[in-house]
Amino acid sequence: MIFEWNTMLPILGKAIAETFQMISIALVFTIIFGLLIGILLVATDEDGLYDAPLGSRRLGVLVHGVLGFVVNIGRSLPFIILMVVLIPFTRVAVGTSIGPIAASVPLSIAAIPFFARLVEISLREVDSGLIEAAKSLGATRRSIVRNVLLAEARPSIVLGLSTSVISLLNYSAVAGTIGAGGIGDMAIRYGYQRYDNAYLVTTIVILIVVVQLVQIVANRLARRLSHR
Amino acid sequence: MISITDLHKSYPPRKASGRPVQALRGVSLEVADGEIYGVVGTSGAGKSTLIRCVNLLERPTSGRITVAGRDLTTVSEGELRTARHGIGMIFQHFNVLSSRTVQQNVEFGLEITGVPRAARRIRSAEILELVGLGDRASAYPSQLSGGQKQRVGIARALAGNPKVLLSDEATSSLDPETTEQILDLLKTLNAELGLTILLITHEMEVVKRICDSAALIEGGRIVESGKVIDLLNTPGSKIAHALFPLGESHGTPGNTVIEIMYAGHLADDPIVARLSREFGIDVNILGAAVEFVSDKRVGRMRLELPGDLARNEAPIALLRESGLFVEAPAVNAE
Repeated sequence: MIFEWNTMLPILGKAIAETFQMISIALVFTIIFGLLIGILLVATDEDGLYDAPLGSRRLGVLVHGVLGFVVNIGRSLPFIILMVVLIPFTRVAVGTSIGPIAASVPLSIAAIPFFARLVEISLREVDSGLIEAAKSLGATRRSIVRNVLLAEARPSIVLGLSTSVISLLNYSAVAGTIGAGGIGDMAIRYGYQRYDNAYLVTTIVILIVVVQLVQIVANRLARRLSHR
Repeated sequence: MISITDLHKSYPPRKASGRPVQALRGVSLEVADGEIYGVVGTSGAGKSTLIRCVNLLERPTSGRITVAGRDLTTVSEGELRTARHGIGMIFQHFNVLSSRTVQQNVEFGLEITGVPRAARRIRSAEILELVGLGDRASAYPSQLSGGQKQRVGIARALAGNPKVLLSDEATSSLDPETTEQILDLLKTLNAELGLTILLITHEMEVVKRICDSAALIEGGRIVESGKVIDLLNTPGSKIAHALFPLGESHGTPGNTVIEIMYAGHLADDPIVARLSREFGIDVNILGAAVEFVSDKRVGRMRLELPGDLARNEAPIALLRESGLFVEAPAVNAE
């Protein structure tokens, strides 16, 4: 195994940039929609803050049921299958099914339900007494979501987010096999198909380092946010 | 200040086959302006449901709740939120936000009502000083003791100057010493701010120490209520018995056992000595309790007088004449 840095570095640099791009885009959507769905799942559940939207408990049950079902579908499909199934949708959404930007579509759709469930778990951990206290002060539901639910669950949500980022990294390598680019693609093409172990080893080292860093940063941040 | 009329609350059955749970079965009570009113009862008696109905954290099945002249059961959600600004509440488990400092916790209610930042600062500093936490404003709740957390809860509840404070077992998770301190604080706030306090508790000690009025709740019904002093002079009052347990000693058969209650200045009267002197009888004290109830010295005593009831009519009459309450003298069976 020979590390030919002169040829490898440009390829590596491009691959890392592509991976970074697809994960960043997916992460933005994951945070926005994951939080939103996670909050809705908790709020529309029985005795939740919005268990009867527009005064109708039936609507609450419906929203909760549909969201739960959709999230479960997203969670039950293996990423490689989800990605293939989504190709027509991706084409419509971003105009192409190839490259890192196209890959960010299935990545988002896989990571959103995953993160939404983690957000849901975090929010459920918040003591219902705190919500009651806020209500007794005359807080609006919106204020309770922001100042009680999200504020109290913040450390736990940060840890959930790091788990989601690591999953995204994992998915992004899979996406590489059908034309997304990135380090997964590099490892398969150069490492597997050309039997160049230097690329495989480099990829592995990079992934291990990145995952460790993500986890360390998240743990520190969570600890700083937590005043329990 | 708080008027509750024929309040019912039932919960739907947990299982489809089950029966609905009747937590409150027609509760009525009146809390006067500026008084401390204690509702006592064992767990499951419905007291927690009752207090949570007052600010509609729990929506009653039927009945009316009026706070400061306003019927809360008929107002819209927005009006209810406004009404809640005038009703503070404190909790058994404090329920302070762990993500906020002491000061931020206290300011939470003020943020909700849209008080500007500078005014919030001033008000939170003021109220924290009042509850004795002036120096812990920037601490997080995790750095505080239980009693201090409850002080934060109290400060938060009172920051918006409510007229009424609801206390849901506020001292039940505190040790006896801290309980006393918190009760003293509530008493002070009641006196200084003219705050009306409705509290629920399972601890008779709380009633004894700070309550002007009390009610006993059993099985979702109020079985007894009134001024604590009056209750002590009420025959067969369960609250009086619970406040002053006299033990299980019931004397010797053939003798007369009476229970007397006394309140205020009468408590200083050496009645037992008088009985002995004036009638030449040996009075046996089977049980006695003398304590301060909302700053008045009150007591209960169970006395055994020799001979049957007929022989003791004169001593009992003397006790009654001197203004003491003498409860149901019973002749012990032979």
